[in-house]
Amino acid sequence: MAFDSLSAFLAMGGHGAYVWAAWGVTGLLLVAVVLHARAERRVLLRDLRRRARRTQGYGAAETQVSHQETQVSHQEGHVHES
Amino acid sequence: MWAFIHKLGSPKWFYAISERLLPWFWVAAAALILVGSVWGLAFAPADYQQGNSFRIIYVHVPAAFLAQSIFVTMAVAGFIFMVWKIKLADMAATVMAPLGAAMTFVALFSGAVWGVPTWGTWWMWDARLTSMLILLFLYFGVIALRGAFSSRDSASRAASLLAMVGVINIPIIKYSVDWWYTLHQPATFSMTSRPAMPMEMWAPLLIMVLGFYCFFIAVTLMRTRSEILRRESSKRWVRELTMEVS
Repeated sequence: MAFDSLSAFLAMGGHGAYVWAAWGVTGLLLVAVVLHARAERRVLLRDLRRRARRTQGYGAAETQVSHQETQVSHQEGHVHES
Repeated sequence: MWAFIHKLGSPKWFYAISERLLPWFWVAAAALILVGSVWGLAFAPADYQQGNSFRIIYVHVPAAFLAQSIFVTMAVAGFIFMVWKIKLADMAATVMAPLGAAMTFVALFSGAVWGVPTWGTWWMWDARLTSMLILLFLYFGVIALRGAFSSRDSASRAASLLAMVGVINIPIIKYSVDWWYTLHQPATFSMTSRPAMPMEMWAPLLIMVLGFYCFFIAVTLMRTRSEILRRESSKRWVRELTMEVS
């Protein structure tokens, strides 16, 4: 331990304001990045599910589309250039 | 070999494999950052010149490492996209840019805060600081370009191109402390010489750097997965997958 007490730890030898400002902003940003990534995934999955439910009524049209997709599936991972 | 690269570039395959890798990177990132923080803040000895303000190094250096590494990774991904038309590389590049900008901001902010007690100023227009500020603007440029086109392919090409051209700034940042007179101290880690710090000081720094890299990988994997679902939403496997989840 480099400090004798909790108050000495918080004071950082008079540099507390600088140390905690730098660490605080870093910590907040890291947490914000994680929360954003989680929220993004949640919202996306909800939208995709909603869309999937909406298109369920068009069974025939869907089968046709999936036939086309099997044909081009070997290009998966590439940009489809027209 | 080519079959493997094609498989690697397949969003469906990546989506499956990244699901298994993701928890490990989250655990590693959390554990390393936790250990590094406690060690760096409470157990590492105070610097004989700077006192305890030197503890800012434990967030400043990892953030600066990531800021530069993410830009290089983004440029490589842009190159892969431009040359081999691998969409997955472009998806990864898309989600990396905001994290890179955030890390550049952390490096600049923590550096400015550190400068006050150490240099007596929070900002100097010297080579290292200015080239880092340019890096932040390059990130903003890449992010803005993606939003500036109505066609996704044009946006991806423009962003990839800016990342590939802008990567020239990275060696300038790295060598700025050697080429010009600067307030900034030279590199903390070197392959060729022994660290200038005692072990109790650089070990937590190394742990923090590794933790930040794991964090970068975890966030990039997770957000690339979201980007795959977004862009491939009309594919059958994505629709089947979203039905399973519900």
